[in-house]
Amino acid sequence: MEFKVALGPQHPALHEPISLRMTLEGEIIRDADLKLGYNHRGIEKLAESRTFIQNLYLTERICGICSFSHQTCYTQGVEKLMELVPARRGLYIRTLICELERVHSHLLWLGVAGQEAGFESFFMYTWRDREVVMDILDWITGNRVHYSMNTFGGVRRDIDELQKKKILDTLGLLKTRTEYYLNIGASEPTFANRLAGVGKLSKEKAIALCAVGPTLRASGVPMDVRKDDPYAVYDEIPFEVATADSCDVLGRAVVRVKELLESYKIIEFLLKNLPEGPFKVKAPRKVKENEVYSRYEAPRGENVHYIKSNGSDKPERLKVRAPTLANYAATIAMLKNGFIADIPLIFAAIDPCICCAERLVQLDNPRSGESKVLSFSQLRAMANDRYKKINFKKKDSAWPF
Amino acid sequence: MAILKPLLYILVYPGLIFLLVYSTFCEWFDRKLYARMQNRIGPLHTGRSGILQPVADIIKLFAKEDIVPEKADKHMFSALPVFSLAIVCTAALYLPVWHYSEAPSFNSFSGDLIVLFYLLSLPTLIFFLAGWHSTNFFSAIGGVRVLTMFFGYEIPMLLALLSPAVLADSWRILEIARFYQNRPLLMLVNIIGFFIAVIALQAKLERVPFDIPHAETEIVGGQFTEYSGKKLAFFRLLGDIEMVVGAGLIAAVFMGGFPGGLLPGLAWFILKTLFIIFLLTAMRAALSRIRIDQMINFSWRWLAPLAVLQLFIVIIIKGMEL
Repeated sequence: MEFKVALGPQHPALHEPISLRMTLEGEIIRDADLKLGYNHRGIEKLAESRTFIQNLYLTERICGICSFSHQTCYTQGVEKLMELVPARRGLYIRTLICELERVHSHLLWLGVAGQEAGFESFFMYTWRDREVVMDILDWITGNRVHYSMNTFGGVRRDIDELQKKKILDTLGLLKTRTEYYLNIGASEPTFANRLAGVGKLSKEKAIALCAVGPTLRASGVPMDVRKDDPYAVYDEIPFEVATADSCDVLGRAVVRVKELLESYKIIEFLLKNLPEGPFKVKAPRKVKENEVYSRYEAPRGENVHYIKSNGSDKPERLKVRAPTLANYAATIAMLKNGFIADIPLIFAAIDPCICCAERLVQLDNPRSGESKVLSFSQLRAMANDRYKKINFKKKDSAWPF
Repeated sequence: MAILKPLLYILVYPGLIFLLVYSTFCEWFDRKLYARMQNRIGPLHTGRSGILQPVADIIKLFAKEDIVPEKADKHMFSALPVFSLAIVCTAALYLPVWHYSEAPSFNSFSGDLIVLFYLLSLPTLIFFLAGWHSTNFFSAIGGVRVLTMFFGYEIPMLLALLSPAVLADSWRILEIARFYQNRPLLMLVNIIGFFIAVIALQAKLERVPFDIPHAETEIVGGQFTEYSGKKLAFFRLLGDIEMVVGAGLIAAVFMGGFPGGLLPGLAWFILKTLFIIFLLTAMRAALSRIRIDQMINFSWRWLAPLAVLQLFIVIIIKGMEL
C-alpha cells in the first residue's frame, strides 16, 4: 500500500523549515519531492540599498555557520570590481579564518550526523571539541559566529605572535581528536553500518545533477574551487582534495574528516609562512560600472555571488547562490528507494543550510503573466480566509496545505 | 493481620510506593551516568545533585494540558497508559524480595518465571495499540516497529532465561535464585545467557541502540507522538518501572537473587539492579541507533543462535553433574 506523507516544515530531524513530501511503500520511499519557501529573506533586495562597505556585514548574516564564506565571496567579488590587489598578510589571515571556519563547520556536521543516526555521545564529543575552534576564532577576531574580519583590501585585525603560538598549540589536540573520530566512524559497527550504503549517488549522476562540495567529492569527483580556481592564497598552499569512492553517506563523512585533517595542515602552513607587512590597503569608495561572478569553496560546497555595479557606491544587483541549493536535486535522487530511517541521514549528509538557500520567491501567474504585490495585512487576511475554509471534520483533510 | 501483610507488600514494599521511589531514582542514576559518559553534567538543580529531577519531570507532565486527538479512539487512548502501568506494577510483585516463603503463595509458585515474563511483554503490545489508536502516521509507523522488534528480541530473551531455569531444575524464580546462592560458581555457566538477556532487555525498554520505535529524528515520538500530559507521564513511569523490574528479573535469575531478609535483601536488590542498569547505560552511551532490518538481522543471526548454544551448554553441564 502506498501512502503520501510530508515530513516538515516542522520535524525534529529538520533544524530549519523545509517540507519533504514522500510517497512511501511500508518503510521504503518510492518517490520524494522537496518544497521550499517557508523562509522569506530580503537580503538581496536589501543589499541594493546599502553601500558596498555596509553590505560586508549584511552578506555575513546570510548564514550563521559559514558566515565568513559569504563575506569572503562578496569581498573578493568587489575587490575584483575595484581592481584592487589586497595586502598579502591580509590574504594569509583571511585564508586562515576560512580554514578555521571550515574546521568548525565540519565538526558541527559530524555532531549532527551522530545525532541524526541516534548516536548522542558522538554528538556531545564533537561539539565539545568544536568549542576549541570557536574559542580560537573568538580570540583572534573577537566574535564566535560573525567574525567581521574582512574588509576591501585585506582584513580588519592583525594576528600577533602570542595568538599564532596558541593556535599552533591547540591544533595538536584537534588533530588527535579528529583522528579518534575517523577511527570511531570506521570501527564502531552500529554507526558505520548505519552510514554505509545509504543514499547512493553515482559519479555520473552527481555530475549530471550539479552536486557540489563534499557530496560531489564523496562520489569520486575531485572538484574543489580552492584547487580549480584558486582564490586568496590557495595557489601557494600545498594541500590535497579529499575524495571518497563509496558514493554514500559514509563517504561524505570520510571526506569531511579528511578535509578536517587537510585544514589543520593548511592552518599550520599559513601560520608558519605568515608574511610581514601591512594587513590591509586602502580601498576606493565607488566602484566602476561592471559585473563579476565570484566563486568560493564554502564548507558545504561551491558558493557563488554575482555582483553588478553601476558606478555608484551601492551595488545594482547582488545574487547569492548558496551551496545547499545546488545539492537539492541530488538529495531527491538519493532519497528515492531508501528507508524512512535513512531520511534524516541522507538529508543531513548534504549539510543543509536551508535559510541560506531561501530567497523571497514571487510566482507570476503562468497563464496571464500577471504578478501581484500583497501588503502584509492583505496576506494575513488571505491566510485567515483560507484557514476558515478548511473543513477539519472532513476525512482526509488532515494535511490541508 | 493476615490481610494487612499482603496489602503492605502490594502498597509499600516491594509494591507501589517503593517502586515509584526506586524507579525515579534509577532514572536519575541512568541519566546522570549517561551524562557523565558523554562529558556532560546531567541533572543538577532539583534536590541534591538533581536527584529529584525525574519526580519533577513527572509532576510537570501531570500539570500539562492533556490532548486526545479528535480522530483517535478516546476510550482506548486513555485506558492504555493506565493499563500498562498497572501491568508492570503487578509484574514487580513477582520479584523474589524478602517476603518470600518456601510454601507457594499468591506471588511465588512454580511457573512464576513465565508469568513475570508474560507480564513484561504485555506493555509492548500496549505500545503497539497506543500507536495504532492514535491515528497518526508517525504513531502508526512506531507501533508497527514496536511489533516488528518484538519478534526479534522476545524469543532470544525467553531462551536466555530458560537456561538457568533448566540448570536449577525449577520454574520458580525463588528456587532458581536459591540454587545459585548455594552454588555461586554455576552462575558463570550462564554468562552468555546473561548478556543476551541484558541486550534483549535493552530492546524491550526501547533504548539506544534499539530506540527504533520512537526514533526522534525519523518518526518524531513514535507511538507516543500524540500522547501528552498525564498519559505521557504514565508511559514515562512505565518505562522506569519496567527497567527496574527487568533488571530485577535478570538479577534474580542469573545473579542469585536477593538473599538475607529485609535489609540485606534490599541492599542486594539495589546493588544488583544498579549494576544491570549500569550495563544498560553503558550500552546506550557507546552505541548508535540501528535500523529496524539490522535489528531483526542481529537478533536472529546472533542472539537467537547464541541463546540456543547457551541452552546446549547448560544441558551438557547438567548431564555431567548427574
